[in-house]
Amino acid sequence: MPLIHRKKPTEKPSSPPSEEVVVPDEDSQKKPHESSKSHHKKSNGGGKWSCIDSCCWFIGCVCVTWWFLLFLYNAMPASFPQYVTERITGPLPDPPGVKLKKEGLKAKHPVVFIPGIVTGGLELWEGKQCADGLFRKRLWGGTFGEVYKRPLCWVEHMSLDNVTGLDPAGIRVRAVSGLVAADYFAPGYFVWAVLIANLAHIGYEEKNMYMAAYDWRLSFQNTEVRDQTLSRMKSNIELMVSTNGGKKAVIVPHSMGVLYFLHFMKWVEAPAPMGGGGGPDWCAKYIKAVMNIGGPFLGVPKAVAGLFSAEAKDVAVARAIAPGFLDTDIFRLQTLQHVMRMTRTWDSTMSMLPKGGDTIWGGLDWSPEKGHTCCGKKQKSNETCGEAGENGVSKTKPVNYGRIISFGKEVAEAAPSEINNIDFRGAVKGQSIPNHTCRDVWTEYHDMGIAGIKAIAEYKVYTADEAIDLLHYVAPKMMARGSAHFSYGIADDLDDPKYQQPKYWSNPLETKLPNAPEMEIYSLYGVGIPTERAYVYKLNQSPDSCIPFQIFTSAHEEDEDSCLKAGVYNVDGDETVPVLSAGFMCAKAWRGKTRFNPSGIKTYIREYNHSPPANLLEGRGTQSGAHVDIMGNFALIEDIMRVAAGGNGSDIGHDQVHSGIFEWSERIDLKL
Amino acid sequence: MPPLLRFRKLSPFYEDTVNPKAKQSATVEKPKRRRFRRCSCVDSCCWLIGYLCTAWWLLLFLYHSVPVPAMLQAPESPGTRLSRDGVKALHPVILVPGIVTGGLELWEGRPCAEGLFRKRLWGASFTEILRRPLCWLEHLSLDSETGLDPPGIRVRAVPGLVAADYFAPCYFAWAVLIENLAKIGYEGKNLHMASYDWRLSFHNTEVRDQSLSRLKSKIELMYATNGYNKVVVVPHSMGAIYFLHFLKWVETPLHDGGGGGGPGWCAKHIKAVVNIGPAFLGVPKAVSNLLSAEGKDIAYARSLAPGLLDSELLKLQTLEHLMRMSHSWDSIVSLLPKGGEAIWGDLDSYAEEGHNCIYSKRKSSQLSLSNLQRQNYSIKPESRVKEPAKYGRIISFGKRAAELPSSQLSMLNIEELSRVDCTSNVSTSCGEFWSEYNEMSRESIVKVAENTAYTATTVLDLLRFIAPKMMRRAEAHFSHGIADDLDDPKYGHYKYWSNPLETKLPDAPEMEMYCLYGVGIPTERSYIYKLATTSGKCKSSIPFRIDGSVDGDDICVKGGTRFADGDESVPVISAGFMCAKGWRGKTRFNPSGMETFVREYKHKPPGSLLESRGTESGAHVDIMGNVGLIEDVLRIAAGASGQEIGGDRIYSDVMRMSERISIKL
Repeated sequence: MPLIHRKKPTEKPSSPPSEEVVVPDEDSQKKPHESSKSHHKKSNGGGKWSCIDSCCWFIGCVCVTWWFLLFLYNAMPASFPQYVTERITGPLPDPPGVKLKKEGLKAKHPVVFIPGIVTGGLELWEGKQCADGLFRKRLWGGTFGEVYKRPLCWVEHMSLDNVTGLDPAGIRVRAVSGLVAADYFAPGYFVWAVLIANLAHIGYEEKNMYMAAYDWRLSFQNTEVRDQTLSRMKSNIELMVSTNGGKKAVIVPHSMGVLYFLHFMKWVEAPAPMGGGGGPDWCAKYIKAVMNIGGPFLGVPKAVAGLFSAEAKDVAVARAIAPGFLDTDIFRLQTLQHVMRMTRTWDSTMSMLPKGGDTIWGGLDWSPEKGHTCCGKKQKSNETCGEAGENGVSKTKPVNYGRIISFGKEVAEAAPSEINNIDFRGAVKGQSIPNHTCRDVWTEYHDMGIAGIKAIAEYKVYTADEAIDLLHYVAPKMMARGSAHFSYGIADDLDDPKYQQPKYWSNPLETKLPNAPEMEIYSLYGVGIPTERAYVYKLNQSPDSCIPFQIFTSAHEEDEDSCLKAGVYNVDGDETVPVLSAGFMCAKAWRGKTRFNPSGIKTYIREYNHSPPANLLEGRGTQSGAHVDIMGNFALIEDIMRVAAGGNGSDIGHDQVHSGIFEWSERIDLKL
Repeated sequence: MPPLLRFRKLSPFYEDTVNPKAKQSATVEKPKRRRFRRCSCVDSCCWLIGYLCTAWWLLLFLYHSVPVPAMLQAPESPGTRLSRDGVKALHPVILVPGIVTGGLELWEGRPCAEGLFRKRLWGASFTEILRRPLCWLEHLSLDSETGLDPPGIRVRAVPGLVAADYFAPCYFAWAVLIENLAKIGYEGKNLHMASYDWRLSFHNTEVRDQSLSRLKSKIELMYATNGYNKVVVVPHSMGAIYFLHFLKWVETPLHDGGGGGGPGWCAKHIKAVVNIGPAFLGVPKAVSNLLSAEGKDIAYARSLAPGLLDSELLKLQTLEHLMRMSHSWDSIVSLLPKGGEAIWGDLDSYAEEGHNCIYSKRKSSQLSLSNLQRQNYSIKPESRVKEPAKYGRIISFGKRAAELPSSQLSMLNIEELSRVDCTSNVSTSCGEFWSEYNEMSRESIVKVAENTAYTATTVLDLLRFIAPKMMRRAEAHFSHGIADDLDDPKYGHYKYWSNPLETKLPDAPEMEMYCLYGVGIPTERSYIYKLATTSGKCKSSIPFRIDGSVDGDDICVKGGTRFADGDESVPVISAGFMCAKGWRGKTRFNPSGMETFVREYKHKPPGSLLESRGTESGAHVDIMGNVGLIEDVLRIAAGASGQEIGGDRIYSDVMRMSERISIKL
């Protein structure tokens, strides 16, 4: 705008020579500032703008423009953006809330949301000196402003105690409560907000909608020990059911919330000291349906990489683009190491380690997803994929997904007989400490010494079972803490009394579902996005780095369609959770009356094929299948709303499957 | 002002080096320079703005980077001190906010409120009032028939501690108390804000939102998860009577519309109720609010700039709109003075008799005068030399009516007046505005105002006459009398539950009742009204106005309002009487004889601007930042009993006032 302003005066009739113009101009300059006047006198009407002046002028221009735009933005009618979007992309479909309201749907069953890991906000209740003035401010979620302002202080407050997995002394960080806990993760980045807004259209409000926020850093049983979160959830569900005329609740967990709610269902029916004492029919009495969104029932391979080397696909890609940058020790930042130290104190990350071992995730030479072809992102239609398969001359070599971690690309592809395993489990940990600077940062790697590191690299290939052993070896303290709260096996005999311990409750392969034949369990998840499934690693000999292992980012396949990208083997899923983990329980293990589902609770699988937003205006899209963005998927929202308004699985159309989940489930040989 | 300095330093240098060049350019590049010159006005504006912005940022930066000097550092907060003394969180704490301080957010609205879903309409920055005032009014008003949501609009209370920690940015309500509680170990699991929609009648909060059921379930949960330690409830202002309602509701059986907790629920779950600035017996402010949507502030503003607020320029009618909105809120009726003339005084006598305006400078003379008066009063009340403020006349029309002895007042029987249908009189330009005043004839308005005074009892009749619909709706939910026989089965109805004079406290001998309130601030006690002058073409919608021109000889009357001691909103008598007398010992209102304590906090205005709202304030809301009060609340929450924190602490003459009030106990 200032440009236009500036042009206007020049259109006036030309004025007398400059010497005379100077005088009135000087007068006008008197007003703004005295100093400007003196300045002009000194410069004798000649040069006008010093460097600082032009800087100020520039800042002024920018400010004025900014205010003007801000004013326009505020004066703009609220429907304007929508109008623009509709002009460009054609009329938008009604959001599901409006559509279903027209159909006459009304709020019926109370709805409980259970947020996943990372998405829930955390706020400070008591802190060290450095966190002054942050009382009841969000440390996690919101703007993350504090991460930049005082990073070390932030890391210190977000970490838990190494030994107990609870609060460190003098620090209390607690979950934000209420719907605000996870409606938006960061400003403008919705998590539950779209779903909440749509539910509100058909009459939901605070009294029949409840966000069961919990401190997602803690192990599940510790949330009860420290915050009594499970008790609160029980009391709130009971209250909502009784104040809504006895209508049972619909539970909507997302991501890790799925495991948390599995834990809750066991806890609530367990007798009092350990459990909630709700009695054996509590779930049957209070729960109508559990609608799991993107549930990592059987864990995610990402968790292994996260714990092993504090990195995942994104970090690995960043490293491939700018090698050396993340690893260098300039400024003594050691970002990754700090992140690793922090995340390793969080017990909850261990709840997401792959469960079921080789039986589920595949061994050295087989995996349930065998034969899966990764279509490049560019190919949208499934046909090109299918053709490649039919011809039998698929250019891609079969991928050994079962090898979750392999050292070197050759090993990842070699036949099982060719791999020389030297058992690392007995290997003595060396005494030598490779790098002293790493002492600042707590990881357990410096206890391992060079010998231990070598032993690990020489073992070459790790399957799901061995990956757990590997973590036990690499981070014994952390895993000792974690295995007190979580278990990753498969139960042989579910009636064994040992399975009454809380550590088994969040593992669907070691617990029975509650006795509630009328309950329904849904598994809703996105498909069609490459999802991390296995990793190629290398030893990192760089002296600057404290983490001796790294994803081998240069492991590429020339082929566009390859599943191997930057050291990561991808498979179908929702970008975070592979289809197998999200779908297997509902597709096979709980289908019908099985030993995991003794009362024959009905299960449904609803997959949503990912289709990326057509243009920038759509933001994160209304048909996304990505792990978090799926919460804005209209089809998913509609399904949830129909169930909340009283529908059941057959009303919304039974299963809806796009991936090969049933085929893959068949390959898994599990006693049912 | 660092940029200025920098600028000056630079200029000599500039002269020496740049000047020749500039001269050169002036001669060589004439046309270009001319262009430059002409736009210099806009340019220099930009320059100035840039200058100011830079200076501002620099100062802001300095402000953030410079450590706070020791002298500016706040004194140690009570929480830190007590925490060092080993005081630890013990009993779970429930906070019950009062009227107005709780936030309200939109869940469903008309098209005009698009984009405001789950945004605060009440509380926080109130920007929407300025942007779309009429839309805002429409959404905050309730249905004038039912007192519930209008169709298509759902505005709900914000849940959680954020509901009332700050009322507006930087204007704390509960935030200071919460912070201090956190210092001794409180957090989400043992600290809960029982927010409710404060516009509704108390019973309706349960009907619509199940707020009472939620509160009950929350208390039971916190009791169970905190090692079976009873809860400490801290209600503020109207929250005190809301919680009184709850106490009765929770023990009433389900089939009688109660919570079904059974007798003994309170004894089992509640350790103490620590009422802050409780409006147990109502506030006179509510009368003027309902009668003419104004309080002393507005009356004062009007006397400064007469005509401004009343003019119909721009068709603003602010007050009328506010009145229409507040008439749709049942909760305001809950704050009307309770107990009638027995508590608030009749035409001639009143409890505060002998009250001297302690905040006035003429302390000594007043004191002797009031002593004199008291002696006179006991002998021959009719022959006083100078009539003292007659607080009992809550509304008097004209200054004369306020001072005349009762025998000379015209006795008006309101029931006889007819509400003549006079729609023909109303000009169309005023007709768009809803007010029940439109249905009253001018004659009856004049008659109502003719030389009369109203006491706490008759003022209810006046309101019933003026706004029959509102009072009919609200009186189904609230009652303002005194019970003769508390065992009368009619008192089982919920409308009596929030009136301490018509309910018994629960049977919980170990429970403690505290009344914590500020004193030492002039508080509205009664009003002098006048008829509003009818302006030109149409009858003003609100025919009554506080007569802002009346200033008394003594300091107690100012701007048409009479003041008594209190915390700026609640007079001492309303806040303290129940704890000082009504419930003290075993009375019929307190059959189990639970202990009561009166703790007063003398108002001390902040010493300097730096202290902002002060740490020793006694004002109605600011008292929540009072260190003395915070310490008391913390100690009680950590397990201390009333005796341990020092029993009663009294500055006002609440005891003497209570003595003078004779009700059957």
